[in-house]
Amino acid sequence: MLTILTLAPIQKIKYNQWLKQGLFGCVGGLGLYLITILYAQQQMGLALLFLVVFSGGLYVFISQRAYSLRYAFPAVAGITCFIIFPLLYTVGISLTNYSGNNLLTLDKVQDYFIQQRYIDESQRYSFKVFKQGSQLQIALTDLFSQQQWLSNNIELDGQPKTVSIHTAQSLPAQSSLAIKDIIKLKKSLKQLTLELPNGALLSMTGLRQFAASKSLYQLAENDLLINNQTGEQLSPNWHTGFYENNQGEAYPPGFTVSIGLDNYTSVLFDDSVREPFIQIFVWTFVFSLLSVLFTFIVGLFLASLLQWDQVKGKGFYRVMLILPYAVPAFISILVFKGLFNQNAGEINLILFQLLGIKLDWFTSPFLAKSMILLVNTWLGYPYMMLLCMGLLQSIPKDLYEASAMDGAGPLDNLFKITLPMIIKPLTPLLIACFAFNFNNFVLISLLTNGGPDIIGATTPAGTTDLLVSYTYRIAFQDSGQNFGLAAAIATLIFLLVGALALAKLKLSKLEG
Amino acid sequence: MAIVQAKSTKYRVWLSHIGLCGFVALIIFPLLMVVSISFRTGNFSTGDLFPSQFTLEHWSLALGIPFSHADGSITQPPFPVLTWLWNSIKVAAISAGLILLLSTTAAYAFARLRFKGKGFLLKSMLIFQMFPPVLSLVAIYALFDQIGQHVSWLGINTHGALITASLGGLALHIWTIKGYFESIDASLEEAAIVDGASTWQAFRYILLPLSVPILVVVFILAFITSITEYPMASVLLLDVEQLTLAVGAQQYLYEQNYLWGDFAAAAVLSGLPITLVFLYCQRWLVSGLTAGGVKG
Repeated sequence: MLTILTLAPIQKIKYNQWLKQGLFGCVGGLGLYLITILYAQQQMGLALLFLVVFSGGLYVFISQRAYSLRYAFPAVAGITCFIIFPLLYTVGISLTNYSGNNLLTLDKVQDYFIQQRYIDESQRYSFKVFKQGSQLQIALTDLFSQQQWLSNNIELDGQPKTVSIHTAQSLPAQSSLAIKDIIKLKKSLKQLTLELPNGALLSMTGLRQFAASKSLYQLAENDLLINNQTGEQLSPNWHTGFYENNQGEAYPPGFTVSIGLDNYTSVLFDDSVREPFIQIFVWTFVFSLLSVLFTFIVGLFLASLLQWDQVKGKGFYRVMLILPYAVPAFISILVFKGLFNQNAGEINLILFQLLGIKLDWFTSPFLAKSMILLVNTWLGYPYMMLLCMGLLQSIPKDLYEASAMDGAGPLDNLFKITLPMIIKPLTPLLIACFAFNFNNFVLISLLTNGGPDIIGATTPAGTTDLLVSYTYRIAFQDSGQNFGLAAAIATLIFLLVGALALAKLKLSKLEG
Repeated sequence: MAIVQAKSTKYRVWLSHIGLCGFVALIIFPLLMVVSISFRTGNFSTGDLFPSQFTLEHWSLALGIPFSHADGSITQPPFPVLTWLWNSIKVAAISAGLILLLSTTAAYAFARLRFKGKGFLLKSMLIFQMFPPVLSLVAIYALFDQIGQHVSWLGINTHGALITASLGGLALHIWTIKGYFESIDASLEEAAIVDGASTWQAFRYILLPLSVPILVVVFILAFITSITEYPMASVLLLDVEQLTLAVGAQQYLYEQNYLWGDFAAAAVLSGLPITLVFLYCQRWLVSGLTAGGVKG
């Protein structure tokens, strides 16, 4: 069978070779195109990423020596592009003031200023429009000298275009368009630029007049911008990322500049940022720790019950107990959000009928935190139960028999046999679980979205926010869009998660 | 069976059964509640836990059929749930397929082939898999924003971007498959290579057919991960028509526009198939999960 497979017709191999080389050519060309464009747009990070990925890919797939790498390359490239690169890029952003106010590069901001135009009121012309079939003719009259100009027949298609006009002794004999027809044409007329014989450019500034429009700014040396109308000079402020006039007033839009470690210092030393940060940091730790603890206790308890030979119907219990794990989290979290709703939720309804109380689950910080822990225990215990069931099976049964002979109770068994036996293989898994809950964005985002808010914080911060949901909100929600600050906090979390990952790797190595 | 048994064992067994049943009731209460709410009239809790007035309104709206009331008024479906479900399934199937393809070949390289930096790559993959993508969302957004200006089907608000971004989550699957490959004896492939088969043929015609079970597990795992993925989809997708279920579902429960009953029907409709798939596959999944977990 195998020998047949290897004896492929020679013709086919040749054809394959051509196909292969064509493919490499295409991929290389595409890569080069992307890299050049990104480089031209000053997206150095991205250009470098594509350079590494494309050249690495071509080398691996062309060189015979790198044959073994061919199998691993696509996966490694995927991880590089979508995990490692975003990580490094985030660290890079954390050193800048990239935000909703400082979104553009310096070039784009300068382009924006240069494209601004102002109307030179000293050169105003009234205009008339004459219609012949679908074609139009535009006539201008200088308000002071009564000199007249006329354009050739033109077609309006709504696209910007420049039309030159020439001196005319008399206007066409027919009557010009009434003002209501001009209103209808206003949009297309606004797109027109008329060019006088002396080269001045005019655009429509009112329903009856065209006027000369000029660039408001021109670029001078050292990135200075000079206002053509007032002569004012705008200079770039390299620290705030805005153009400023002499009085220090900022002119938006701002551009992105590197601000060194400012984002980190504001997290650590600026009170209005630091206090919510520390509060959220502590809660994140408490939340992850308690989540691991609760899910582990419930999971271990259920696993020991299900391990017990005397209990029948294990299959049924197992499926029922695994259900919270099987229902997609984004659905069950939203279900809890509805059930816990303060006015319309079923849980408050039951509490009211039984005890006559209604709890404010979403506005009291303590109750909101309790609710989150409750829901997270519901969501998380099945995983722990499955892990513990696997680990409990590896404990020799005769240990328990011996302890029963000695008259030990269930608690003695738990603390003297079960826990010491499973704690070692379990530790790295508990660390992973801790890290997962530390970054449990979906739970917070869907259940409380961080609320109730921390009072007096300048950033969007809530009492139930975890560090991840906090960074997400700084970056993507509310008004701020402060990507730089969000990236700085994300970098701090990276360091923590990295330490956890290393600890986990060390511990699982000791065990294996 | 233990030889030494306490006299109270019988009572303790009964106690365990009662305890377990009580716990199960507590656990599945919210799920039963939602099913009941989906058949209840109106969008607010009315005072009775089980519907006294039965209605199919929410279900009809969830299925995208406008519901005509007895008084002649017609309610239009608030959201395109079926479109979201289809988006989710499409994205999850394609990304699970790609993840399976890439992680299988990579696992083959790591399990069987020799090359420089193998140990380093494996170890760093383990570390990087613990970094949640939600932390680098700003960077991922910027990445696709830039690519999208030149390749339109990979830009923001496309499913292509979401599928491509999911390729970052390969590491765990590579480890799972690699573990399985290593449990298969390599001598069969070596024999084939001695007989003149290429590495690719040994991989494709010998190792792959032997590994179908783990490939199924990884596919389902990747599929479920992708269906339930929320943070990246919430940033990369913008239009209502483009959303996946995980992002769309929360639109029902805004304070200003609270559609509890409609949500319940949509949740059961979309959650049930995923839950059933998971329960059906859980035996294989659990072994895959814990295997990957213990090694990781």
